[in-house]
This record gives sequence, C-alpha cells and structure tokens, in this order.
Amino acid sequence: MDEPIPSGAPARHDGEPPFAQTSFGRRKVRQEAAARAVFLVMTLLMVAPLVAIVTHLVVEAWPALSLEFLLDIPRERMTTGGVWPAFVGTIYLVVISLAVAAPIGVLAAVYLNEYAKDSWFNRVISLAVINLAGVPSIVHALFGLGAFVYAARFGFSVAAASLTLAIMTLPVIIASTREALSAVPMSFREACWNVGATRWQTIRGVVLPNSTSGILTGIILQVSRAAGETAPIMFTGAVLYKAVERGALLPYYLDDQCMALSMHLYVLTTQVPNVAPAIPYATAVVLLGSVLLVNASAIGLRIWLRNRKRW
Amino acid sequence: MTAAAAPRAKIEVEDLRLSYGHREAIHGISFDVKANEILGVIGPAQSGKTSLLRCLNRTIDFVAAAHVSGTIRVDGEDVRGMRDVFELRRRVGMVAPLPVGLPMSIYDNVAFAPRCAGLRATGDLDAIVERCLRQAALWDEVKDRLRSLGTKLSGGQQQRLTIARALSHQPDILCLDEFSIAIDPVTTMRIEDVLKELKRDVTIILVTNLTQQARRLADRTMFLMAGDLVEIGRNEVVFSDRPARQQTYDYINGLFG
Repeated sequence: MDEPIPSGAPARHDGEPPFAQTSFGRRKVRQEAAARAVFLVMTLLMVAPLVAIVTHLVVEAWPALSLEFLLDIPRERMTTGGVWPAFVGTIYLVVISLAVAAPIGVLAAVYLNEYAKDSWFNRVISLAVINLAGVPSIVHALFGLGAFVYAARFGFSVAAASLTLAIMTLPVIIASTREALSAVPMSFREACWNVGATRWQTIRGVVLPNSTSGILTGIILQVSRAAGETAPIMFTGAVLYKAVERGALLPYYLDDQCMALSMHLYVLTTQVPNVAPAIPYATAVVLLGSVLLVNASAIGLRIWLRNRKRW
Repeated sequence: MTAAAAPRAKIEVEDLRLSYGHREAIHGISFDVKANEILGVIGPAQSGKTSLLRCLNRTIDFVAAAHVSGTIRVDGEDVRGMRDVFELRRRVGMVAPLPVGLPMSIYDNVAFAPRCAGLRATGDLDAIVERCLRQAALWDEVKDRLRSLGTKLSGGQQQRLTIARALSHQPDILCLDEFSIAIDPVTTMRIEDVLKELKRDVTIILVTNLTQQARRLADRTMFLMAGDLVEIGRNEVVFSDRPARQQTYDYINGLFG
C-alpha cells in the first residue's frame, strides 16, 4: 500500500471527537486574535490625531463661532469680525479652477485610456501626468506667477490664481479618471466593438455611464486640495485684505485680487497683531467644515451611484 | 472545381499569417467560405481558431502587438483596406465564447447595435428586439421584463442575449465562437435549429470544441492545428472513416488532442 500524501490535516485517532482541539489549532486561533488586535490598534492610532485636531479646533473656536462670523467681514484691522470675503474667495477659486481642470482632465483621461495606443509617445505622456501629480505646490505657484501673472498678463488676480490651482489639480484628476475608466471591464468594450460600435459610441453608451461615480469622486476630492493650498494663490492673486460688502455674493471680478480662507488663516496667525485668539481657530473650522461637507457629499454621491451599479 | 462558373465565395482567405510579437499564431492558411453555408472550425486549444475570427472582423486591430499579413476578402473586398471597419463589423456578427451582458436593460442590449447603426424609430427597434430574442430562444423567458438589467440574467441567458445582440445588426456573416459553452443541451439544440434556418440568409462560421456539433450542423468543416490548416472539406469526407489526412481522423475520434 502507498504512503498517504500529507494533507496538513491532523492525524485522527479512533474514539476522538471529530472536532477535537489540537495544539496547532489553538495556536491558529490565538494568532488570528492577535493579528486582529494589532490592525485595530493601528486604525485607532490613525483616527486619534484627527479627532484631537477637530476637538481642539472646535473648543478653541467656540466663542467666535456663529453665522455672523461666516457672513461678516473682518473688522478693526482684522482683529475681529468675520471671514466672508475669504470664504467667498475660496469658493470662487475652487469653482473656477475645477471648471477649467475637470473637463480638460476628464477628456484627456478618456483619450489616454480609450484611444491612445501603447506607443512610446503615449507612455511619455502618462509618465509625465504621474510625475506632475507629485510636483510640490510651491513649484506650481512659481509656474503660475511666471505663466499667468506675467506672461499672460492676468496680473495678480482671481483668474491667475484659479488657473494655477487648475494646473495643480489637473494631473490628479486625469489619474483618478483613468482609474475609474479602467474599472469598466474590457469585455464590455469588446462586446460593443463586435457589433460595429465606434469607440465613441462605446464610450458614450457603456464606458462613461459606468464610471461616472469614480470620475465625480475623483474631481470632488480635488476640491479639498484646491481649497486648502496657500502657496499657489499667495503668489498669484490672494491678498491680505480686500474690502467687500458683508454677505455680498459676487464681490470679485476675474481680474480682481481676492481673499481666501487658507491665505486668511496664514495671515491671521503670522501677520496680524492682537487678534482675538478664537478668530484664527474659527477660520480654520470654517475651512475644515466646508471641505468636510464637500467630501461627505462625495461619499454620499458614491454610495448612491454604487447602489445603481449594474454588474 | 469549376472556378469560372462558380459564384464568388463569400469570404476568401489567402495565405493569412498572424503573429503576436515574435510568436506566429497562424502560419499562412488559405480557404474559402461559400455563401449560405455553415463552415465548422475544429481544432485543439492554441490552434488559432479565435484569432482567425478576430482577423475576419478586424477586432485583431485592438491587439497592440498583432501583425497580420495575407488577404481576407469579404464579397471580394479586402477587409484590411476598408476605411469603415464599423460597417464590416456590422456585417460580420460575432458571438464570443464567454457571455457578456452589457450593463443596460435587456431591451437596450439588443437595440444597442441597431442604434449604433443609426436606427431610431421605436417601432422598428421593438420589432428587431423581439425577432432577435426569439431567434436566440430567450424571448419567452424575458418578454415580461425587457427593462430589467441584462447583467442580472443567468450565465446561459446572458449567452443567448449575446447571440441576440449579434443577430440584431442583421449581419450577413455570423461567426460563433464556442457559443454553446454556457448553455444547457436542450437550449443548444433549439439554437442549432435556428442556425439551420438562418443559413438561408446568412453565412455561418462555427468554431466549436464539440466535433459532434460541427458534424451535425456544418456543410463543410475545417480542421486547424497549431496555426496550420490540416484539412478542409465536406462533412461527408472530413467525418468519414477516410478523411484526407490521418490526423483529422485521429482528432475527431479522440485518439489525440
């Protein structure tokens, strides 16, 4: 008779209950519990600073927080009052920059993912996009200063600052859109091509409808990045102070300079003497709050679209 | 063969070679497909059956490293010179071996191709959808839920949906690549009956691993092996005790492969 092939199963003895615990089995269970505990602790460690930051901010900002703080303009040499001009300025910059970057980024990503053949040229472009996403924001700032403020003669303005932010967000939008597009299975495209659909008909009929959620999420996540950056706008169009009416909805023109929350926070903490201590904290809460609100809506959108996912 | 009097073949393949990078997958094969016949294509794995079909409707273009030489003519026109490959693909229907339900409703799955070809009238689309689903033996199962998702159907149903989609653009050549792989034998028989009927209007190329299916359905059968054409001939010869090549006999009778 042949030797039995080792199967990893513990040797069984007659009369033993079928699920008798072996020492190896007990060790496996212990290891499983330990691994789980380690991962859990790391996750909690990661959440802890976030909770600490938010709690600290809100506690310190509490005396200043009110709707009035959001709507009012900075008063008495910015030592009191609100953040309205900066809040509106940030919205301006983010909306305009994404209005420029999102269409270009999405369409370029569609080209790279759906049309481009695997050639030397296209590989260089893809590599460039990936590397651009890693360029520090201060470098984008200098580029914006040279290209938009001086060369294009936009001056220090909303337009120059928005375009600089657009350049900064563009590569990330391209990368996230490509990710979303390649999540659509290749077999869907082949099925369309087989019945005589053009690439464009395939993209419109199958690829885009099934990648919308990923594309939108990628774009919305860039909102927080554009809203949070200080360097690119400081060099190109954001200013210390700009006189704006309280609660005005359209205070800036494209060629105006503007205030912005990130810049305002920097100014309050480093340039302005005798600021009420709660004011910078409240500014930070407004910035963080609006970014979190936008991100939450992205998550909501993603959940809603995922429930409609069709395969 | 009385070449002068015979009508032109539907598809003429001459010295077709295909290589993926440095590996040649098809080593120069030549054959004809006559109008309104069913040509069975049999052969073991890696014999070039699927690659051959991809050359026919030029979806081989999507494989970056693929290089094709030789000529393939459909109705006398060289497919590699065609500008409008979409019209070629509309005329050469293709059923892939794995079922693909597109992520849209059952109705839209079937109406997709006619819409891509420019058809918009609802009445016409309705008629096409019903006819194709009936031909693919799927109509009775889905007629009450045409608006539900094609991707939610079972594997076998999706395969029949794929067949319905391939019929929807009214091809005059239909290539089936292992269409019965995911379908139960009863439904397979029903679709085989449909194919026999379709033969009146359509030229069919049937790639199959089931030699018996080729024997049942085809008028002629081609035996490919490792990228070479071993034998092509009428079924009475290929499946007889004495085909032209001993290899053919051995393969069909399971002596190797």
